[in-house]
Amino acid sequence: MISLNVNGKVYNVDVPPDTPLVWVLRDHLKLMGTKYACGVGECGACTVHVDGVAKRSCVIPVGDVHGKKIVTIEGLPKNHPVKRAWIMEQVPQCGFCQPGTIMQVAYLIAKTPNPDPEKVLKEMDDIICRCGTYPRMKKAIKKAIELSKKGVKK
Amino acid sequence: MKELKLTRRSFLKATGLVIAVSITPFGTKIINASERGSFDGTFKPSVWYEITPDNKVTIYFGNSEMGQGSMTALPMIVADELEAHWKYVQVKQAPADDSFKSPILGAQVTVASASVRGFYEPLRKAGAVGRAMFIKAAAETWGVPEDECFARLSTVFHRKSRKKMTYGQLVERASKLKVPENAPLKEEKDFRYIGKPMRRIDIPDKVEGKAIFGLDIQVPGMVCAVVAHPPAYNAKPVSFDEALALAIKGVKKVVKIPQGIAVLADDFYSAQKGKEALNVKWDEGSHPYMNSEYIEKYFMECLDKPGAVAKNVGDTQKALSEAKKTYEAVYYLPHVAHAMMEPINVTVHLQKDRCDIWAPTQAQTGTRMAASRVTGLPPEKIHVHTTFLGCGLGRRSQVDFIVEACEIAKHYDKPIKLIWTREDDIKYDRFRAATCQRIKAGLDGDGNVVAWHQKVVCTSILKFYNPAWIKNGVDYFCLWGIVDSPPPPVFSSTVYEFPNFYVEQYLSELPIPAAPWRSVQNAPNAFVIECFIDELAHASGKDPIEFRMNLLKNSPRARTVLETVREMSGWGKPLPKGKGRGIAQHSCFGSYVAQVAEVAVNEKTGEIKVEKVFCAVDCGPYVNPDTIVAQIEGAIILGISTALKEEVLFDKGGVKSSNFDDYKILRMSEVPEIRVEILKSKEKIGGIGEPGVTPVAPAVANAFFNATGVRIRRLPMNPKIVLEALRRK
Ligand code: FES
Ligand code: FES
Repeated sequence: MISLNVNGKVYNVDVPPDTPLVWVLRDHLKLMGTKYACGVGECGACTVHVDGVAKRSCVIPVGDVHGKKIVTIEGLPKNHPVKRAWIMEQVPQCGFCQPGTIMQVAYLIAKTPNPDPEKVLKEMDDIICRCGTYPRMKKAIKKAIELSKKGVKK
Repeated sequence: MKELKLTRRSFLKATGLVIAVSITPFGTKIINASERGSFDGTFKPSVWYEITPDNKVTIYFGNSEMGQGSMTALPMIVADELEAHWKYVQVKQAPADDSFKSPILGAQVTVASASVRGFYEPLRKAGAVGRAMFIKAAAETWGVPEDECFARLSTVFHRKSRKKMTYGQLVERASKLKVPENAPLKEEKDFRYIGKPMRRIDIPDKVEGKAIFGLDIQVPGMVCAVVAHPPAYNAKPVSFDEALALAIKGVKKVVKIPQGIAVLADDFYSAQKGKEALNVKWDEGSHPYMNSEYIEKYFMECLDKPGAVAKNVGDTQKALSEAKKTYEAVYYLPHVAHAMMEPINVTVHLQKDRCDIWAPTQAQTGTRMAASRVTGLPPEKIHVHTTFLGCGLGRRSQVDFIVEACEIAKHYDKPIKLIWTREDDIKYDRFRAATCQRIKAGLDGDGNVVAWHQKVVCTSILKFYNPAWIKNGVDYFCLWGIVDSPPPPVFSSTVYEFPNFYVEQYLSELPIPAAPWRSVQNAPNAFVIECFIDELAHASGKDPIEFRMNLLKNSPRARTVLETVREMSGWGKPLPKGKGRGIAQHSCFGSYVAQVAEVAVNEKTGEIKVEKVFCAVDCGPYVNPDTIVAQIEGAIILGISTALKEEVLFDKGGVKSSNFDDYKILRMSEVPEIRVEILKSKEKIGGIGEPGVTPVAPAVANAFFNATGVRIRRLPMNPKIVLEALRRK
């Protein structure tokens, strides 16, 4: 049995420890927001937070995250600045890559107290959006940083 | 999942006013489906909407939503003419039914940028009918003449008395009225939603991770299926170890199907492990010697083999021999993968007397027909439930994976979800057709093109899609952007007119399959034509835009987009050394697009950076401009990706490329600044999902020439190919 804390809930799953986390989330916990798209850590569609750090869940054996805190797109608050910015800038097209990208951006802007948009953009080359929503992602990243700063001030 | 049936009973159960529209090649018929008398059950609605006493407007949508935004655009059209408040509008995915056939395409299919294009006029009429009925219902209630009443945001007002009633309050009365003959359409200036940027209906769920794609479908009792596919074309399994696979925990069954060997298990990872345990040995297939170099050489050699004539106007040979000057060039574009973000998948539950299919598909009609063929059930017993699509790009207009899943389902009595890994998705793609083309052109003394001779060697699309559509040996799908297709006519010809025009096609005999790929073959063909036109402009000493204008005298829309993009881009302003500007234009699916690309070339590394792209588009009246801009941005990025990076590699008779680590596509830092201008146009409405992709690659190649003085006639323009070209300088 492997014990997982996902979005604040504790689950015990009986799976081989080498099962990639993405498939445990999807097939066993039925959390379908985290996507599979490449399985080799190249695209970011499967990104979740493990103890607050963005990780590719398709290349993490579930045995490695036993007892760790995992947050998926479903666990990111609805009014999170990145989610809000994503709607304001109308980013998604097909939408398949977006949950992973949103998790990646949420981590990048949380990791430094005063995030620099240009620095964040530099760390976005390890995600793929086949629909080409990159220009809107860029705008939304800047907006999300603004929103998160406002959130801190008040 | 709740089943929606288009039966008389389900309409009669409706609690509100139901307006149903049937769209056929003979015209549009609109009925009041809530009215008992007039609905005989044979009426086949293409679209329908219901207004309930709580004011809600529910629009049933039959197309696939893959990011192109028609799930928002189509309701905008209805709601505008209906004069409904947007906050009351909701959309539901309609089940697969013949009545959802696209009025343009004659099948329920989301391709050819046809969603908005096909439904624009009929949906306007349908909305207007609803509005007229509410006004009439209100006038009758108040005992006043109809022309003293008007509708505004789901409410009818009486001008004099200031009385008002909401649509919800009027539903009962309105539902008993006859459909008016000539409900007046709004004037354009009164549009409330059409032409305004509207937020997409599907976006909030996509941001929350709640949107259900095919991959996310859950059906009780379902198992997961993966398939060991042959590594080479036409390879057959020699041996495999079923027992080892079955020994893996969770594996339920191993079945041999024509496409390979399927492993069924409780979950994806167990199935995947089972597949590895199978340890399948394959024979070498039909073309063991085939690799990328072989394919390119084969295509080049085919240029000299006689092909089928697709177009023959005037006497091109004679005109060429009499021309003042002649030019010739050869182009090669390799196979390109769809590489949709959501890998191929579908869920099938086959029972004795029905088959349910949950599919991210662009081809509901095709899915039913294919499933019917495999399962032996009649099409009406096949129930297709369309999910969201994680990209379509034309790949999901194919039904090969539906057939594969149905083959597996025949061996299992519970629902199966077939999932292709990314590696399967790339290796067993039906690619954008590779093409090798030679063009010869003759110019007269004034620089007019008097003869155009184009030989097209390509992988066939229709051989795999619908061989019956190959006419006199010509696969017209592969010629979109060059010549028109025969009946039913698809107007897909180049906008350039040549007095002597000859097009010949030779279809590759290699086993590599192809399919439509965002714009079908318009993008590769536009590359060849627009690069060559640029060469001709240069050879005759003319400005590339002027040269094109001269050829487009009878194409005012093409001229206007060219003029617009000339303005936008600062065409003619000097650029620093190492940078260049290039132009291209193309029209397809009824829309006209011109783009200017600005590139910077690093002659040492061979890297091209596309810094800016300017785009002018005329797609006729438009519905949601915000979606159009998004579509064009995405199309430009996809086009740059194919121009600079994408090529499927082959080896040992099969596909060598396998995942995003060896099949590279464009990433964020490589994206240029993009400016899009949508022209105000009163012309016929055109499509928008695809045209934007067509001029990018040639604009980039022409910009490269502008920067370096060197032509590249082979894609992708990656550092290796760029350095080779520069060495030839
Ligand atoms: S699915 Fe994990 S990085 Fe692509
Ligand atoms: S929105 Fe479709 S892949 Fe990113």
